[in-house]
Amino acid sequence: MTDPERRRALKSLLLLGGAWLGGCDRLSRSDRFVRLLESVEPVNETLQRALTGQALAREYTEADISPVFRPNGQTNPQNPEYRKLAANHFADYRLRIGGLVKNPMRLSLAEIRALPARSQITRHDCVEGWSAIGQWRGARLGPLLERVEPLPGARFVVFHCADLWGPAQEPYYESIDLDEAHHLQTLLAYELNGAPLPIANGAPLRLRLERQLGYKMAKYIMAIELVDSFAPIAGGRGGYWEDRGYEWYAGI
Amino acid sequence: MRDGRESRQRYYRHPLPVRIAHWLNALCLFVLLLSGLQIFNAHAALYWGAASDFDDPWLSIGATLTPEGPRGRTEVLGRSFDTGGVLGTSGDAAAPEQRAFPAWLTIPGPRWLAMGRRWHFFFAWLLVINAAFYLAWSTASGHLRRLWPGRVDWRRLGPSLRDHLLLRHASGEAATRYNILQKLAYLAVIFGLGPLIVLTGLCMSPRIDTVLEPLLDLFGGRQSARSLHFLAAAGFVLFALVHVFQVLVSGPWNNLRSMITGHYDYRAAPGNRRRENRDDRP
Repeated sequence: MTDPERRRALKSLLLLGGAWLGGCDRLSRSDRFVRLLESVEPVNETLQRALTGQALAREYTEADISPVFRPNGQTNPQNPEYRKLAANHFADYRLRIGGLVKNPMRLSLAEIRALPARSQITRHDCVEGWSAIGQWRGARLGPLLERVEPLPGARFVVFHCADLWGPAQEPYYESIDLDEAHHLQTLLAYELNGAPLPIANGAPLRLRLERQLGYKMAKYIMAIELVDSFAPIAGGRGGYWEDRGYEWYAGI
Repeated sequence: MRDGRESRQRYYRHPLPVRIAHWLNALCLFVLLLSGLQIFNAHAALYWGAASDFDDPWLSIGATLTPEGPRGRTEVLGRSFDTGGVLGTSGDAAAPEQRAFPAWLTIPGPRWLAMGRRWHFFFAWLLVINAAFYLAWSTASGHLRRLWPGRVDWRRLGPSLRDHLLLRHASGEAATRYNILQKLAYLAVIFGLGPLIVLTGLCMSPRIDTVLEPLLDLFGGRQSARSLHFLAAAGFVLFALVHVFQVLVSGPWNNLRSMITGHYDYRAAPGNRRRENRDDRP
């Protein structure tokens, strides 16, 4: 091949590459193509559940605890209702548990602290790519659910939060299924590294869901609702970030 | 070219399964690399160990504020480099965008982690299925044996190295066989880089980690797995650069055609015609 030929070939290759990338952006905005890309999410979920069962996430030692547990998302919600609770150190806080349950409940922090609890030093993996290790203490969600007695139709546990997001000031929310809710390490955490959960990390109560990514672990939990489907809630995809294109099953 | 003593021979070099696997592989690696850079951009720093020591990444891409505005900087192993225009800051020179890898190197172009992940996981499955298909086929058909270096190959290591450095390429019958450097490069990718990038990818899954702890320990923890995943991707880029370079300097059209139609032209001495195309074992 002569030099001009080589140059021409290289140029057309670059042009082709440019067209390709532009095409990728157009495809990313095509519903049909995105549905095709999303088709692997249930495959990941089914396989990961089948292969790992109820295995526990690794628990680390105190020496492994990160010097600073990086807070992410919102770190100081401005919601007036939340500000009032925080000003009083959450003494007036009541966690509401309702929806498809036989015994709806309202629990104070003291009552939550009296529930069957667990401490664990675990690694928190953010969808952005970083990890931090912290020691959590909280009420196990499984036994708490047994006390409210879910009705037969209940399939998902939805967490309604105090942090408001976006121009429309929509509340953060998340959802998990009952299998995740009953996992031994799934906690409503009220302590981080031996101290009351700081506001930056989700006070008074945040979810610990050790086998999924950070955005699933709702902070500032105000209410828990059991539902048969999360389709009627907000964007209908089961969580604030899910409504913005992230996977509902965040195992990877 | 015919000069009376030599003749052009057409040889069926690449069977259909190899050609399909090759192009699917190229597509997957291209998409995985560029969507991977999109994902990397969400936290443009790499660490060793289980957790991120935010003060001490071994690689980070960011920007520092200068009187002229933000300027991209890349830090590797404690050394800092001005990489403005490409890494850290890119796009419009008057008002550069702050992002690690530039828009023209990521899928999708704009900052869009959720969509980058969708592309990445779909094509990761395609890559793994394609690799499984290729391995199954090449084991069953004996193709893998053609890649395996024999004693004769090892003796050619020195001369082959010299030929490659001098850009001297086999054009006769030898061009119908894999040379020793080719064999080593392909095997290193198939049994080294390939499994490494898949396993380090899996080890970034908190759910998979519940059952792959020994592997996670072998890699040195989740952040180490993320670093190794990135380095393995760099290894693939290096392989692809050398691969495309070799294709270009050893007869690009002939090579390209052979990977599309399967047919490759080579110069054969008269009286030395191959009786059967497919029998090409040394």
